[in-house]
Amino acid sequence: MKINQLSVFLENQPGRLSEPCAVLARAGINILTLSLADTQQFGILRLIVKDWQRAQAELEKAGCLVKRSEVVAVEVEDTPGGLERLLTVIEEGKVNVEYMYAFSCRCQAKAIMIFCFGDPDKAISVMQAKGINVMSGGDLLGV
Amino acid sequence: MGDFQPISSIDYLPQEQLRELQLARLKNMVSRAYERVALFRSRLNELNITPSDINTLADIAKLPFTIKTDLRDTYPFGLFASPMNEIVRLHASSGTTGKPIVVAYTQEDIKVWASVMHRTFACCGLDRNDIVQNSYGYGLFTGGLGAHYGAEDMGATVIPTSGGNTERQIMVMKDFGVTAICSTPSYFLHMLDMAKEMGIDMHDLPLRAGVFGAEPWTEQMRERIEQAAGIKAYDIYGLSEIIGPGVASACCAQDGLHVFEDHFYPEIIDPITCEVLPDGQEGELVLTTLSKQAMPMIRYRTRDITTLLTEKCSCGRTIRRIRRVGRRSDDMFIIRGVNVFPSQIEEALLRIEGTLPHYQIILTREKDLDRMEVQVEITAELFSDNFSKMEGLKKTIAHEIHNIVGINATITLVSPNTIKRSEGKAKRLLDMRKM
Repeated sequence: MKINQLSVFLENQPGRLSEPCAVLARAGINILTLSLADTQQFGILRLIVKDWQRAQAELEKAGCLVKRSEVVAVEVEDTPGGLERLLTVIEEGKVNVEYMYAFSCRCQAKAIMIFCFGDPDKAISVMQAKGINVMSGGDLLGV
Repeated sequence: MGDFQPISSIDYLPQEQLRELQLARLKNMVSRAYERVALFRSRLNELNITPSDINTLADIAKLPFTIKTDLRDTYPFGLFASPMNEIVRLHASSGTTGKPIVVAYTQEDIKVWASVMHRTFACCGLDRNDIVQNSYGYGLFTGGLGAHYGAEDMGATVIPTSGGNTERQIMVMKDFGVTAICSTPSYFLHMLDMAKEMGIDMHDLPLRAGVFGAEPWTEQMRERIEQAAGIKAYDIYGLSEIIGPGVASACCAQDGLHVFEDHFYPEIIDPITCEVLPDGQEGELVLTTLSKQAMPMIRYRTRDITTLLTEKCSCGRTIRRIRRVGRRSDDMFIIRGVNVFPSQIEEALLRIEGTLPHYQIILTREKDLDRMEVQVEITAELFSDNFSKMEGLKKTIAHEIHNIVGINATITLVSPNTIKRSEGKAKRLLDMRKM
């Protein structure tokens, strides 16, 4: 149920963000979703792509520092309070959320959140026990 | 004593014999300098000393010091003690500040230089069976030709690649079965990166030794290089003003560098009071050439901080040792009243697992307050998707630096391969303060 996400180290300087994007564009790799987190000094670009192995190889070839990590994609009711209910389940399950961001989804009425958990396996079982739809890689990447 | 060779026999001479030899040579050299070099003659006259006042080795303390500006002030040929028709070679320093300094060699000086570099290589466990890639720069810089002649004198196969064109260096290293390399440690780090990029693991090559010098580096860096390349890394020491490389060399014991003191007489002084310090105390290294013809040097202040080790080395050599020169007074910078050497920053960085010694120190001044920024290249091993881990890494680096120099530095993590690589001496410091 875990999804592979690529994190790219970025120096916080003009032009640095476009470099990895250009590498992926040249390789014909489509970015399904991304999130950019930054401090004043450096940033981390987090990407979800279909063919993460090839994306990682291309980025590394271009001199980027890339780390793969596992995240969890969770369906959220697209109604007021939907996210709050989900977070309550996670909190009650005592799983630590390191960060989260919204998956940019262009289809259906679903909202999808990407979570990085301290313990993803525990998080998945906690959520599934409460009937929350944790999306498989196939579900998500087939979108 | 596997590296014992006839030319190295002097390294094992009984102390009394060595002292006799040194005294005889010292007397000769002082006479020569007095008779032939105006500056030395006037300096000795000012002190009411003549060469006949030098009767013991301790009398060397009566002699005046020579400093770098003396070489600049007498530019280009003012300190030569041989006529030009006896001089067979000139070298010049890079001259990063002001005019370069010029140094000269007679035929005999070149022979001595080759022999001390030969002894350097023997110290590093090399012999005539080695294939030596010499990546020190050839040209006005003494490193290239100095190492070249020494390796040839030993009978090794020398490949004069000089510095630069790193991809070709790696190709040569691999295809020619190079067993030993000479370069600055920072350039070798660059070669390691390049080899990795080319998909070559130096552990798989016959390379077994690195003869590294021309810039200060740390024990920690030596260990990193040895692990990363699967070689033994040796520190060598020298300076153009004295002869070039070949003044001192580490040996298999890796516990200080043996000074070839039959040619270069070492003293340690207090850099402030100029008093000679007792053995074992740290201070500025002062060197006197004992056999140099074209350009004798009397009590030359090297600006290098070290200690003279007099105990016998486990390798069996009787010539004295100096501790690794990690600090060069010239490289020292002062920030908020604290003296800092770039090598101390390197030492702090290398205390952290997974860091690489690719760094640059940037000094700026904001509202009359000096700021030290240390840019460190992030490595795949250290990069984490987790912000707090990354912030933690910055804190750890800052903490280690604070532990060693007592200054809070701003740590900036930068992408791999963004800090400019050097093909010769590394430039670690960027001082942008406007005084």
